Parts: sequence; structure tokens; C-alpha cells
Amino acid sequence: MQNTPDGRTPLSTYDTPVEQGVRTTVPPRAGRRSSVRLFGLVLAIVALIAVAVLSIGFGARFLSPGEVWAGLWDPDSPYYRIVHEMRLPRTLLGLMVGMALGLAGAIMQALTRNPLADPGLLGINAGASAAVATAAVFFGVGTFFGYVWFALAGAAIVTALVYAVGGGRSATPARLALAGAALNATLLSYVSAVLLSDTQAIDKMKFWTAGSLASADFATVERLLPFFAVGLLTGLLVAGPLNALSLGDDSARALGANPSVIRAAVIVAVTLLCGSATAACGPIVFIGLLIPHMVRPFTGPDLRWLLPYTAILAPVLLLGADVLGRILGSPGELQVGTVTAVLGGPLFLYLVRAAK
Amino acid sequence: MIEKKAPIGRKVGVRPRAVVVGVVAALGAFVISVFSLGTGDFEIAPADVMTTLFGEGEPAHEFIIGELRLPRLITALLVGAALAAGGAVFQSLVRNPLGSPDMLGVTNGASTAALTVIILGGTSTQLSIAAVAGGLATTVLIQLIAGRALHGFRFILVGIGMAAILTGISGYLLTRGVQMENARALLWLTGSLDGRDWGQAVPMLIVLGVTLPVLLLACGPGLRMLEMGDDSASALGVPVPLLRNGALMSAALLVSFAAAAAGPVNFVALIAPHLAKRLTRAPGPNLVPSIFVGALLLTGADFLAQHLLTDRALPVGVVTGLVGGAYLVWLLTTERRAGRI
Repeated sequence: MQNTPDGRTPLSTYDTPVEQGVRTTVPPRAGRRSSVRLFGLVLAIVALIAVAVLSIGFGARFLSPGEVWAGLWDPDSPYYRIVHEMRLPRTLLGLMVGMALGLAGAIMQALTRNPLADPGLLGINAGASAAVATAAVFFGVGTFFGYVWFALAGAAIVTALVYAVGGGRSATPARLALAGAALNATLLSYVSAVLLSDTQAIDKMKFWTAGSLASADFATVERLLPFFAVGLLTGLLVAGPLNALSLGDDSARALGANPSVIRAAVIVAVTLLCGSATAACGPIVFIGLLIPHMVRPFTGPDLRWLLPYTAILAPVLLLGADVLGRILGSPGELQVGTVTAVLGGPLFLYLVRAAK
Repeated sequence: MIEKKAPIGRKVGVRPRAVVVGVVAALGAFVISVFSLGTGDFEIAPADVMTTLFGEGEPAHEFIIGELRLPRLITALLVGAALAAGGAVFQSLVRNPLGSPDMLGVTNGASTAALTVIILGGTSTQLSIAAVAGGLATTVLIQLIAGRALHGFRFILVGIGMAAILTGISGYLLTRGVQMENARALLWLTGSLDGRDWGQAVPMLIVLGVTLPVLLLACGPGLRMLEMGDDSASALGVPVPLLRNGALMSAALLVSFAAAAAGPVNFVALIAPHLAKRLTRAPGPNLVPSIFVGALLLTGADFLAQHLLTDRALPVGVVTGLVGGAYLVWLLTTERRAGRI
């Protein structure tokens, strides 16, 4: 706090001219900006619906939006079975996993105040992967319902560990990223060691290792749903309190929020979202890092805007990448994890360059 | 730490503490080497290993050590040294403890290129060439995209982005191979010294022989000045862009050759300079102590990898990954408690 020209310490920061300037310019613009943001959110939902229709439409035979519509609702339509048995579950899974990863990335970035925070970079996906590899090789587990508990446990342990080791409240971005990188590399070494002990496991898990939606069916979607729903709800509910926490622990308490409860809620949400998403599709990179970065210029740092935007646009990216992978890789397909990396990577590099 | 720095402008003198660290690490590496040469399916006593090394051993010992175990050991020593040197230079240039080549995508560039060769069924010579080309190309690309100075979050962000892109491509490549190639690819990706012969050791020796003197003579004092800031360095007569690009490419060359020889062995490039710096308590890249610590780390890890499990040998990358990760977690915890980070 700077002293005023007459040498006394100002009573509040608002005594300084700069702060007064900020205060008079912000309020009149806020109303217009929030209507623009609301409009943007509607556009994002439209984009999500469009991409979902595309995702249902693309496949061995392309279905037009009209045919997709008929296939969805009309049991007599020739496309009813294709849509309901194969393409709808895949699309729903992509939707859920996209939302999960985007939201997890966004709330981790807010909690840790670290722009690099991403479930992949902090080792949380690797924790789930290590647990799933253990389950597959040592316990012979082969189904989603078997994987998910291991994945959740792995994600939970790593989330808590990276947060504790990274320094908890006093975490600096560099230390947190170091902790994440350390855990990530360690866990991936472990996964390699486990997989190397069993060549059949390599083959069994190779698609899962790259991140893919190909194995989606309604049973997986149904089993993912409860974990996903609780994680999503917790993640969205925490938006306001997390905003308060960004001002510091004392300010958050003054605003009636309990910092420890907020941190615990974030860790629970991240664990549920990342653990179940990784169990269903394998590790998918970049969604959690990229979407919040892309959205922030429009929404600003306010999580009450940032999180809904992220939750809607992250599945747009994931489903779009999945459709693209099916087009580019035909007659087979490219795993969505590869596409998000190759597609999201350059976009991420551009964003890094564009930032000053 | 400022009062410990040597006076600006004159050549940095040799620090006693750094010498001790270097000598102790070198001795440690030597002791592990002797044990490592002596153990295996056919045990040889340390004394016999020594006489064999001096050329006066029995013919059987000479064959086992000279033909079978020495090439692998030399490769391990050189790869460890190269990774540590590359890591020390990178961390110094980027001015961040995270800025090691295995975090910033250089190693990933080497391994993705090598993986392509494995999946296409190429020879090990082609694999080595691809790995070196991949690592160098990635370094150039990161620098071009990041632009401006090497230090700062931008270079790190771009590097991490590149690493993630390349990991995605590697994941795709792994799904394209058939089972046998996948096992080979995964083994290579983990980092292994199994079956390494003079074909790996000799190129390592040449590249270390060329780049290390350059780094030591041209960059040693210059790198330390660069850590103080570009402006101060260039005011002191350091040719900043030339020094920076030269050091960066030499470091990338070292790391890429190491990856070509042993695969992307995790953590040595990140940990060895950390460890050396903690031990010497000196600022700057600590190039020479790092090299010996790196050689010690990798030979030690390989010794453990071969003998940790009784029924089979692990790839060395698994051990460096597990030990390195545990070390870093411990380091972060103690540093935090001491309030240093």
C-alpha cells in the first residue's frame, strides 16, 4: 500500500486514485457484458447440440440430421437401432467425459492458482491409469465397473498427494507443477513396468492407453453417470465459494465461506470427474488445460461464468475430436486422445504465443 | 547466496566443495561399476574385476567383462553423464528447475521419432538417427514457437505443450503396431540398457567428447553470467544469443544421443543437476558435478534394475522413474518445510 502525497497511510486502498478509477469504470459495463456472456453461452449450447448431432450422424453410414432425429425418437425408423445401440452411447460418453475433464481442469486451475493445472499434467489421470493397470494385470479386472473403483482410488490418492506435496495453500505454480510432473513420471514408469510384465496386457490396454471412446455402450454410460453427476454438481456448486477463495483465506472466511470445506469439495469433485472419465476412456490430454484457457478471455476469471462455459465447450472439443478421428482414420479410427493432443496442442501453443 | 558468487568479470575459480562432490560421485560411480561388472550369471570378485580392467585378468573374465558387461556399463556411464549435462544446461538456460529436457518435450521428440522407426520395422541404426533428428527438431521448434528469451513461463508452456502433443502421437503409434513391436516399443519407451554394445557406447563417447569441452570452455562461466540476466551478461561482454543457442543445441544433442542409446530414461536429466546443486551449494549450472552425479545415478539405477527382482531384470527407466519420483517428492516436501521453495 502506497502512502498518499501528504505522507499518511491511506485508510483503504480506495483512497488511491488508481483504485477510484477502476471503481468508476467497472459497474456501468458489467450489465452489458453479462448479457453478452449469456448470449455466448446460448451459442455454445447450440454448438454442443450441433456437434452431438454430427457425432451421432457419422459412422459407417452417414445419417443426416433428419435421420438422426428420426432414429432418436421413432422406434420404427430403420436407424433406431444404430443410433440407440452404438452412436448415442458413444456421444453421451463423449459428452460426459468432455465435461468432466474440462471442469476438473478449470477448478484445479482456480484452486491452485496455477495456469498449468490439468488433470493430465498433475498426474491425476496417471494415478487412475496406474490403478487400472494394476487392476487389469494383477486382479484380472476387465470391465468398467471393475476399473472405476480402482481408478477413483488412484485419482484420489494422487490428487491428495500432489496437493499436499505441492504445498497445499501456499502452493506456487512451479512447485505444484514439479510435484505433478514428478508423480506423473513415476506413475507412468510404474504402468510401463506392470504392462511389460504381461505382453497380453499391452495388447488389451493399448487402445485404452491412447484414450478412446470406441468401447462405449449404454452399460458404461449408466455406470459412469452417478459418479459424473455428483462430480459435476459439486464442481459447479463450488464456483461461488472458489471465487471467494481466490481473494485469500481471510477474505473467503469474511464472505462466509469455509476454506477447508471448499478445498475438500474441489478435491472430491476432481477425483470423481477424473477418476471416472479415465476409467471409461483412458487418459485424454489437453481438454482440462485448453478449454479454460480458451474461455477465459470471454468470461474473465469469474468462475460462475467460466465453469458453465467450460462445461459446455469442453465436450464440443472432445466430440469434435472424436468425429474427426473417425473421419481421418477411416476405415478404422484415430483415438480421440491422439486427436485432442494433435488438435489441441497447436491451439494451445497459439494461445501461449498470443498471451503477452 | 549472492555473497557466495565469485566476483563478476573474472573467470570462475574452482570451488573446493564442488571438487569434493565431483570426486565422491566419480568414486561412487566407479565402485558401482566394479560391482556391476562382477555380478550377473557368472560372479567375479571385485579384485578380479580390477585386475581384468588393468588387462591382467584370466581370459574367461576378460571375455565376460570386456565383451559382455563393459559396453553396457560404459553406455550407462555416458548416457547418465550426457543426460545430466543436458539437464543442467537446460535448467540453467530456462532458469527454472522444471526446465529439463524430459519435461519440455525434447526427449518426447526423440522417442516419437524412434517409435515411428520401430513401428515401421526399421533397424537400430535408423532408430538412432531418427531419435537424434527428432530431439533436435523438437528443440528448434520449441524455440521458434516460443520466440524471445528462453527463460520465462512461455518457453516452459510451449515445451509442455509440445511434450503433450508428442505423447498423443506416441499413443497413436503404439496402437498401430502388432504385439511384438509393441513390446519392443514399450521397452524402448521406458528406457533400457539391455543388450547395449559398443555400437551405442562409441557414438555417445564421440558426442560427449565434442560437446562437453565446448560447453565447459565456452559456456561454463558464460552460463553463470547468463543466469544473472541477459542485460547484465551482455554488458559483461557475453555474446548472449550465440552462447544461448549454442548451449541449447549442444544440450539437445547430448540428450537426443542419450535417448538414441538407451531410450527416454526418465528423471536423470531433471534430478542430477538438482542433486549436484544441493550438494555443492553453488549457483550456476554446476556442469561438472552434475555429470558425475548423473553417471552415478544411472549406473546405480541400472545395477538396482538388474538385481531388484530375483527372477527377471527391470528396464532401468522403471527404476529411475520410481526412485526419481520419490526423490523429487521428498525434495519438495523438505524444501517446503525449510521454507526454501
